[in-house]
Amino acid sequence: MLELRGITKQFPGVLANDDVDLKVSEGELVALLGENGAGKSTLMNILYGLYTADKGEILVDGEPLVLGSPAESIAAGIGMVHQHFMLVPVFTVAENVILGVEPVGTGGWINRRRAAQSVREISEQYGLEVDPNALIEDLPVGLQQRVEIIKVLFREARFLVLDEPTAVLTPQEVDELIAIINSLKEAGKGIIFISHKLKEALEIADRIVVMRAGKTVGEVVPADTSENELAALMVGRPVELVVRKDKAQPKEPVLVVEDLVVQDDRSAVAVKGLSMKVHAGEIVGIAGVQGNGQSELVEAITGLRTPLAGQVILSGEDVTLDSPREIHRRQVAHVPEDRQRSGLVLSFTVTENMILDSYYDPPFSKGVVMDWDEARKQAVELVEQYDVRTPSVDVDLSTLSGGNQQKVIAAREFNRDVKLVIASQPTRGIDVGSIEYIHSRIVEERDNGAAVLIVSSELDEVMALSDRLLVMFDGRIVGEFDPKQTTNAEIGLFMLGSGGDQPDAGGESGERVGVSE
Amino acid sequence: MTAVTVPAGAVKVRLTAEEKRARILGGVYFALALFVLWAFALGVDSNLDATFKLSLPRDRVKDVEWAVNTRLVGYIVAAILAFLGGVQLTRGFAKRGNLVLGIGLLLFVLSFLAWAAAGTSFSLVGMLTSTVLLSVPVTLGGLTGVMCERVAVINIGIEGQLLSAAFVGTIVGSAFGQWTGLIAATLTGALLGAVLAVLAIKYQVDQIIAGVFINIFALGLTSFLATRVLGPNPDLNSPDRFTVIEIPLLKDIPVLGNLFFKHNLFVYATFLLVVALQVGLYYTRWGLRSRSVGEHPKAADTVGINVFRTRYLNVILGGMIAGFGGAFLTLGSTGRFEENMTAGVGFIGLAAMIFGRWNPSGVLGAALVFGFARSLQQKLGILGTPIPSEFLAMAPYIVTIIVVAGLVGRARPPAADGQPYVKQ
Amino acid sequence: MSEPMEPQGEPQPPASEEKPDGGAVWRDITGVGSRIRSALLVPALALVSALLIGGFIIAVSDTDLLKLWGEDPGAAFSDTLALVGRSYKALFDGSLGSANAVSETLFAATPLILAGLAVAVGFQAGLFNIGGEGQMLAGGMVGLYIGFTLSVPTVLHIPLALIGAVIGGGIWGGISGLLKARTGAHEVITTIMLNFIALFFVDYLLKSSIFQQPGRADPISKSIETTAQLPRILGSSYRVTLGFLIALAAAGFVYWLLYKSSIGFEFRAVGYNPDAAKYAGMNVVWLYVGVMAVAGALAGIGGANQIMGLPPYQGSSGFSGQIGFDAIALALLGRSHPVGVVWAGLLFGALTAGGRQLQGAELIPIDLVVVIQALIIVFIAAPALVRAMYRIKGEGEAAEQLTRGWAS
Repeated sequence: MLELRGITKQFPGVLANDDVDLKVSEGELVALLGENGAGKSTLMNILYGLYTADKGEILVDGEPLVLGSPAESIAAGIGMVHQHFMLVPVFTVAENVILGVEPVGTGGWINRRRAAQSVREISEQYGLEVDPNALIEDLPVGLQQRVEIIKVLFREARFLVLDEPTAVLTPQEVDELIAIINSLKEAGKGIIFISHKLKEALEIADRIVVMRAGKTVGEVVPADTSENELAALMVGRPVELVVRKDKAQPKEPVLVVEDLVVQDDRSAVAVKGLSMKVHAGEIVGIAGVQGNGQSELVEAITGLRTPLAGQVILSGEDVTLDSPREIHRRQVAHVPEDRQRSGLVLSFTVTENMILDSYYDPPFSKGVVMDWDEARKQAVELVEQYDVRTPSVDVDLSTLSGGNQQKVIAAREFNRDVKLVIASQPTRGIDVGSIEYIHSRIVEERDNGAAVLIVSSELDEVMALSDRLLVMFDGRIVGEFDPKQTTNAEIGLFMLGSGGDQPDAGGESGERVGVSE
Repeated sequence: MTAVTVPAGAVKVRLTAEEKRARILGGVYFALALFVLWAFALGVDSNLDATFKLSLPRDRVKDVEWAVNTRLVGYIVAAILAFLGGVQLTRGFAKRGNLVLGIGLLLFVLSFLAWAAAGTSFSLVGMLTSTVLLSVPVTLGGLTGVMCERVAVINIGIEGQLLSAAFVGTIVGSAFGQWTGLIAATLTGALLGAVLAVLAIKYQVDQIIAGVFINIFALGLTSFLATRVLGPNPDLNSPDRFTVIEIPLLKDIPVLGNLFFKHNLFVYATFLLVVALQVGLYYTRWGLRSRSVGEHPKAADTVGINVFRTRYLNVILGGMIAGFGGAFLTLGSTGRFEENMTAGVGFIGLAAMIFGRWNPSGVLGAALVFGFARSLQQKLGILGTPIPSEFLAMAPYIVTIIVVAGLVGRARPPAADGQPYVKQ
Repeated sequence: MSEPMEPQGEPQPPASEEKPDGGAVWRDITGVGSRIRSALLVPALALVSALLIGGFIIAVSDTDLLKLWGEDPGAAFSDTLALVGRSYKALFDGSLGSANAVSETLFAATPLILAGLAVAVGFQAGLFNIGGEGQMLAGGMVGLYIGFTLSVPTVLHIPLALIGAVIGGGIWGGISGLLKARTGAHEVITTIMLNFIALFFVDYLLKSSIFQQPGRADPISKSIETTAQLPRILGSSYRVTLGFLIALAAAGFVYWLLYKSSIGFEFRAVGYNPDAAKYAGMNVVWLYVGVMAVAGALAGIGGANQIMGLPPYQGSSGFSGQIGFDAIALALLGRSHPVGVVWAGLLFGALTAGGRQLQGAELIPIDLVVVIQALIIVFIAAPALVRAMYRIKGEGEAAEQLTRGWAS
């Protein structure tokens, strides 16, 4: 039995863990639920030896432990499967598994055969099929996760901590993971399952512990509780789990994509002859597991990437080869997928970021000379209007929280008349309050007559927001749905490519696009 | 080359990067073919022969020569290049592309040499031997770079390390004997490596700035001390050099014997080092852990590998290699220290590292190419070709730019290269 | 791979927040004042430390003195102090000790400021421009050519020569920018390689009939017309020329460019975040070329100054000297801000002028100045190191990451 007792951890300005208790027995699965910032990660980092608790103890089989490093934690039989995989992409599966505990001969020569064999043994025992000699970067996410689990089992873990394991999986892959978890339980492993997904917790946990603001606020058995109760515990108030919107009234098509072929950074074909339409006054959502060409599609539409073939047509005009600035001028708003990388310059001030897309035109610049007073005035107005929490417009953007940074982007993009809005992962990593705000702004744009395209790997988000849902798999649109008339499970099938036959989904034509080596 | 088929009716908007590159390469082959035809074949008297000497006067097997008709060679090479160009433009060479390019360039150089030596003889074996010699400092510099960058520390200061070690080697070598000088030089390199490591790892100074600092500091200090100390004490600038060690039996193999088995300690050590590092990096525990630190330090940390210690260790080891290289410049070659004697060889080593895809064996290959360019420059000077010596001197640097510009394909450095590791 | 989730209230060292006071001007001034004070403390200590180490090196490299330590430590000690004292005095005398010294300082500062601006502009856009040397050579050669080919009055000749220098340096710098933008070739390597190529090319040109001084066999060029010589601004007995004022004007231009123009906005955006710049519609390719061209142009003027601003008003092999590397130290010291670069340039000019005096008076090679400059670089780049040395409490700022690795 693994027990955490009275764990307390203070950071400057934040009490991350406040007298937290947690127990896991062998063969038991405890789900640890909580919003971002509830303290789950801190607790797990303490368990894994990356942090030291200020107060409290950790006991295994009744013996108190001092865990000063990951190595000590591993030695105690605790294995962590991280949310962001700790795998070296250019190494093989076996190399990743043995890293740090390599089977060696004289002079440190690695016994590769033994390594591969060990991997195969563990694979067979727990149903974690994977090729020991495959390179991690060539494996899909679901298989990479298996490698993480094998890593942990190779070190003879008795207790596994799974940190948001289903964040990047399709419903079918989740089912496979659950089967693996069950076999782990049968083998007597104790499991801590960290998540913010209520449905899953209810499905697989033996017990559920809810954390909020550093404290444990509830410990329940799934049979005795419900999603709504759990949500309320997590957030501290009753939560609106649904997006409010009126029925869409789509008009003429604003964005038409025809047979688009786009390459990714490694010159592989990511978008393989994709066609679709988005009409004014409708929200079209693209669901799909990340890595199926969505990013490249969005980049091609917004001019950041030149397609290989096909057309992008905006209100009747061919914009396939237009630059990002030209497309921007055509009243297209783009909320980028990775806001800190593409959308903002963190070292610039709020003002400078606000005019990042409009600095070259009057009133902010006359010819080459900039008018900073005008820029500042506008920034102050927008900060007010969009409720951006910041001490002033002159501070560096890096001091703002993620949600407020996204609001700056929203302010910048939506502050003009737009005909087309493209939002990629719009609420990734953002607190609940800001999520509600961003969603309502998106719906508002639609009601003002804009065409909206949302790309998100959060299935719930895309189901809730879209009027029309497209599923993207392997670079093509493989299914088109009305969100109200389908289920997560059905969408999940299509996300995996195992959907039924929808030959005219999205409006694609003719032959498959193939890649031959 | 991946062939991408496009659906019927779709409009192809542009060429892929691959296709563009294929066309450029094809054009290059044809241009070279035409040039060879015009300059090295048609422009030459038809009865001129170039004689390539393949043996040295002192060899057991003497007077091994290879005489070729310059114009004939020109015709043949031009034809081959044109053929290659044709294949490149139509089918392409898929995975063999770079190899073929290398062969083509080699043929071009052969024809060039035949032209330059038309009517006289020319010691090819001498040129190849000096290629090997000239490649040594570049190889060692490149290996230093590999050691550092494989753990994600960029080392721009190789030049400074070489220069400092050369200086120390010559002073200590003059005062206390060549072996002591060698050890002192190696330790100097290690010391500067430690400085880089501390700056980059502990103080998280921008690694390129740290490297530039080492270069400037080394240049200033060695020049200063050269004037102040070596000037009035010239006996401190004349160490015993390491002599050539001929390996019995192997040295008598025609051609190869001269190329590989009649060198001094440094050359042999360099080859051994390349093998050792290549094996070490990919087959031992040390290598796996080091590479993991360079690719994904967080992952390495979470499995219990001490990222900081690994980085310190490898950077200092790299410094030792640079120290060894610096010793070669004085103790293994001229013996005298001169101000700024490295003349950019550390940077060429870095280019060799990039060219060699951060692999020790690749570094050696690249260094041989650069050494060849340098050697060519020297030999052509002797032959009295009409090309001004300054342009020949430029050649290695131009080649470096071409390499770094990825005209031989993009290269991927270790993923965490240049980023300091911050423990959460 | 999975997305980075942003911890809300999840423990992280809190980012430092600025609280600018909108109201009280007085508090603003003292607020700003204390920031300036703490901002100046580390550079000042860096300078002092570097000088101290320099003094140490002087003492330790005197072989006669070292022998004396073995024989008579007492005398050696006082001799050492005397030597070091004399050295510092020479440094001071040579840089600030007389009107001539000040003129020498300004004179030495001129090319340094220009080259420093070249590096600073690069830094502002995230590019490490080590090519100052080559860019100076390129610009200088064009200026030289115009200098001896045309026969026009001074008021035309000088501007034309400078324009030529701007173009020459701009092209040479632009090559690196283009390579970086189009192929991703890292500018550190390409600029260094281009330095060497420029060096050899200039040698070749100086021996060619177009450039070479008739009657000479070595690489020395013809002299420029007197109308192309930069006039001395403090009278003919002091060496400082119009070049110094041009350098100041260049700094002013760079300030306007970076902070008041939209082009400068783009430079800085690309420097901080090229992805965001691309997304914002900026043409990153042209920006890289533009930045390097501007940098090269500035260095080019510096190169022209080396020919037009001092006798024998000729081009010779490697006339740009080591200024390219010194310029890096300058830009770092001045935090890549044009005003900072000017001050740093004056400082290094003083060091150079003082160093010449030191070389003349005490026969200490001027390379020592290079060592001192290198030390200044490292102390500035690692403020934590300076703080550790002097046991000052700091704000825990990590040193800036100014550049990116090979994979850009």
